[in-house]
Amino acid sequence: MYAPEFEYHRAATVAEAIQLLSSNEDAKLIAGGHSLLPLLKLRLARPSVLVDIGRISELKGITISDGTVRIGALTTHWEISSSHDLEHACGIMAEAAGGIGDTQVRNRGTIGGNVVHADPASDWPTVLTALGAKFNIQGAGGSTRTVEPGDFFVGPLTTTLGEQEVLTSIEAPTLGHHQRAEYAKMAHPASGFAVVGAAVVVTVEGDVCTAARIAVGGLVPVPVRMTSVETALVGKALNQENIAEAASHASNDLQGEILGDFFASAEYRKAMAEVEIRHALFHATEVSHH
Amino acid sequence: MLLVHFLREELGLTGTKIGCDTSQCGACVVSMNGSTVKSCTCLAVQADGAEIATIEGLANGSELHPMQEAFWDNHGLQCGYCTAGMIMTAVEMLERNPHPSSDEVRAGLEGNLCRCTGYQNIVKSILAAAEKMDGHAHNDETGGHAHHDH
Repeated sequence: MYAPEFEYHRAATVAEAIQLLSSNEDAKLIAGGHSLLPLLKLRLARPSVLVDIGRISELKGITISDGTVRIGALTTHWEISSSHDLEHACGIMAEAAGGIGDTQVRNRGTIGGNVVHADPASDWPTVLTALGAKFNIQGAGGSTRTVEPGDFFVGPLTTTLGEQEVLTSIEAPTLGHHQRAEYAKMAHPASGFAVVGAAVVVTVEGDVCTAARIAVGGLVPVPVRMTSVETALVGKALNQENIAEAASHASNDLQGEILGDFFASAEYRKAMAEVEIRHALFHATEVSHH
Repeated sequence: MLLVHFLREELGLTGTKIGCDTSQCGACVVSMNGSTVKSCTCLAVQADGAEIATIEGLANGSELHPMQEAFWDNHGLQCGYCTAGMIMTAVEMLERNPHPSSDEVRAGLEGNLCRCTGYQNIVKSILAAAEKMDGHAHNDETGGHAHHDH
């Protein structure tokens, strides 16, 4: 398969990339290319201009300070999954990154590219929603803004990122001593994409859950917070019975559109959401689910 | 132009294969600046100035790389179409984890498909290579590397 013809520019800085986006109406950014190149080959995207931001060093790397993890948009899934610092500071991110695609996809694919592609079956949107992450965006004239996942993901492959904007970094809070976070997914056996994914971040004092943020993805157009499950969990001891009871509220939070396909029907995915939430909570609290 | 087309059609390095064309099968895996990529999902221009190692560059003259030798000794191939990609992936696998378990080898091959269903001997080959190399994953990097600058 061959990509359609396009003009190619390599940007040295974010400002130059934005300049190139501004002066070419039909331009698209390319980083690792692991979302865009397959689309080009299938002719599902036909931009006339590609702006390569893959070598902009200011967009790379992981820094951890003052309770915040900051990951440059060009950081690869492999760099995230193999970061020992990140494993200690926010282990769920390293773990989720290690479950994306395969070795070669993780070597090239970037967290920023994944997030702006907004594939409903992706892992990052779900995990970052549960973590309460923030997306830092740069626009024309050096303007910047920060957006939360809930205000960023609009629908499948659709976000509020402007045509002349670049996602520059992603920030997430480091996990405190009393916090546990876990991502559980039912992966499509061929692609590894999430049929259903559940991310949980819970605060546990003694054995009581004092705060919870839970999100599911894969079965919905954009990640959905499981507020009914969270409410049912807070104030309860995190034992097997209470976890199962809380997870059973998942259907309350899944009243919107549920995705289904030949492989897994909407009804099936909805039932599995409860199961994956339970798995994630069991893992997070180290309660055996066998 | 995709990197795999550049390697095969411009440089004549046809050891790297095109299987699925959709980043799934791993027949086109090459090493770029020390980490493996599926060369069907990388533009040649993205590799501009990078050091690319293909299967042609693994052997040191007539001396096979231990991974190649292990595939030979353990019959780690049937038709051979997936082999170049398997070997490139396996070399990186041992660089990152010199002593993998059988399960880790299988997990590490998730991006490489063998349609002869010959995984058993592929896993055996990689484990044998790991034992033989005993942590010396970095082979002397000579010969056969495509290095191009535009």
